Amino acid sequence: MDSPDDFADGAPVGRDGPAAPTVRRTSNAFGTPGTDSTVRRHDLNDVFIRHQDATFMMRAAGDDMHGAGIGDGDTLLVDRALTAQPGNVVIAMVDGELRCRRLERASAGRGRCASMRLVADEPVAPIEIGEDTPLEVWGVVTTVIKSLL
Amino acid sequence: MTYALIDGNNFYVSCERVFAPRLVGKPVVVLSSNDGACIARSNEAKDLGVKMAQPWFQVRHLEKTAGLVAVSANHELYGDMSARMMAIEARYAPRQEVYSIDESFLDFDGVRDDLVATGRHMRAAILKETGIPTSVGFGATKTLAKLANNIAKTADRKPGSYPAALAQVCDFSRLAPGELDALLAATDVGAVWGVGRKTTEKLKAGGVHTVLDLMRADIVTLRRQFSVVLEKTLRELKGTSCMALDDAPPTRQQILVSRSFGTPITHVDGILEAVSEFASRAAERLRQQGSVAGAIGVYFMTSPFRSNDRQHSANVTIPLPRPTADTAVLMRAAEMAVRTQFRAGFRYAKAGAILTELQATGHEQGELDLLAAPDEPAAPATPADPRARLMSALDTLNNRFGRDSVRLGSTAVATNGADVAVWATKQERRSPRYTTRWDERPVVRA
Repeated sequence: MDSPDDFADGAPVGRDGPAAPTVRRTSNAFGTPGTDSTVRRHDLNDVFIRHQDATFMMRAAGDDMHGAGIGDGDTLLVDRALTAQPGNVVIAMVDGELRCRRLERASAGRGRCASMRLVADEPVAPIEIGEDTPLEVWGVVTTVIKSLL
Repeated sequence: MTYALIDGNNFYVSCERVFAPRLVGKPVVVLSSNDGACIARSNEAKDLGVKMAQPWFQVRHLEKTAGLVAVSANHELYGDMSARMMAIEARYAPRQEVYSIDESFLDFDGVRDDLVATGRHMRAAILKETGIPTSVGFGATKTLAKLANNIAKTADRKPGSYPAALAQVCDFSRLAPGELDALLAATDVGAVWGVGRKTTEKLKAGGVHTVLDLMRADIVTLRRQFSVVLEKTLRELKGTSCMALDDAPPTRQQILVSRSFGTPITHVDGILEAVSEFASRAAERLRQQGSVAGAIGVYFMTSPFRSNDRQHSANVTIPLPRPTADTAVLMRAAEMAVRTQFRAGFRYAKAGAILTELQATGHEQGELDLLAAPDEPAAPATPADPRARLMSALDTLNNRFGRDSVRLGSTAVATNGADVAVWATKQERRSPRYTTRWDERPVVRA
């Protein structure tokens, strides 16, 4: 919302939906999707956001993650309620900064447990997770939104 | 009865840190709307000696000498993070009272679970899902829950002050009487909810220094010297619940009016009606205590207990161009908030309005002129037509917070490489409104 005038043109959310259910009900004996509470129009929130209170939207800057379909300027849906699994694209905190990377299991060294690392698609050095740099996952990227226009 | 009080640790600072991890571990303060005073402090800033509400000019030298970071209040961000936190808390108990932007009481009456385990689970869920660290206190009354919360927080922040087992989550009901007495003897009487600074001074002059002293004081003498409020507090401390949920003395910093709806509201008009009423009642209380508010927050949410319902919770805080107690202005701001946040197709179960950044009437005049936009005519000495005032207020708001004007007269001094600008001049040290403005969503290097 930028100015109060935004309300006047009817464009923002809140003005659509079943505004006058009684009128519609009498005009259609079979009911309409707009008035039957069990029938819902597709809502991207329902489809893509599993944990509403834990989901945040971010903007990707850079092309390091193009293999995951993430391009510069794309919008990422990030779910903090999920626990990151190897293979997930995650937002991690690295050097006080948020980074988008894929979480990967590093091959186990001799006599050591397999550790984790954060990798990108570009030839960027992976970020090894060890005792010096603990893994701090901010959230798991669940969805990439790419605008074509 | 069993109540819990959950609150966010250094809430405003914690909200900033969620999106700016570089602030973690640094001394950070959040400044009031006009950058006049420190309204939130990180533990590191507290350790530097920065006091609550301390004027910024008194501590700004710490920027250079101690790496103190100051940011302007970002009320939209705090409001949204609050809504997320409250919604998670609401999963844990059948009844919730949102007491302030970062505090809520939960009613655990009849819940037989291990409360400490429940508290830790809730705390972990809030931390994971929102990034906000919290403290949890349980007690037989709201006053005891608040005191337990205080001990949980202090035990966490200052190791050694209380037994380490009480850090983060403290349940008074699980303590043996001797243990509880020891805690209360180690706690300053001023920590008790509802015991203000003046009362504390008077009590201490009379030899009552700790909470335990207060509990052992002669109730007849107290009644003679102090108000009935203190007597009620004393009874609450002794375990007799005198305050039910949604029944609390107003806080000094915030005024909150909220209600659960008997029947869910689905239409925007219903929410508008409710929220307008809340705003108007809050404005009344504001004037009663001789204050003006610098911001108004509005929230409305679906019921997490109707699992078949789609869930939505809206929470928006609108900074006011100048602090006011004018009902018309506050109601219009509330209406604006509802209209931007309302979404059709949801069954809303609860709503509230919260006035924040309170200050005494009269203080606002000087700041008002400082804040006025350059092209704004001098503020009228007497309230003009409220509608005209509102319009000019909204214009000022747009001027001051609008995307294009934000940089006017400001100096960008630093970015963290992620496009997070920090402005040097008044008001615009504010971080992006990460979760409520599309153009300001966090940027992540990919």
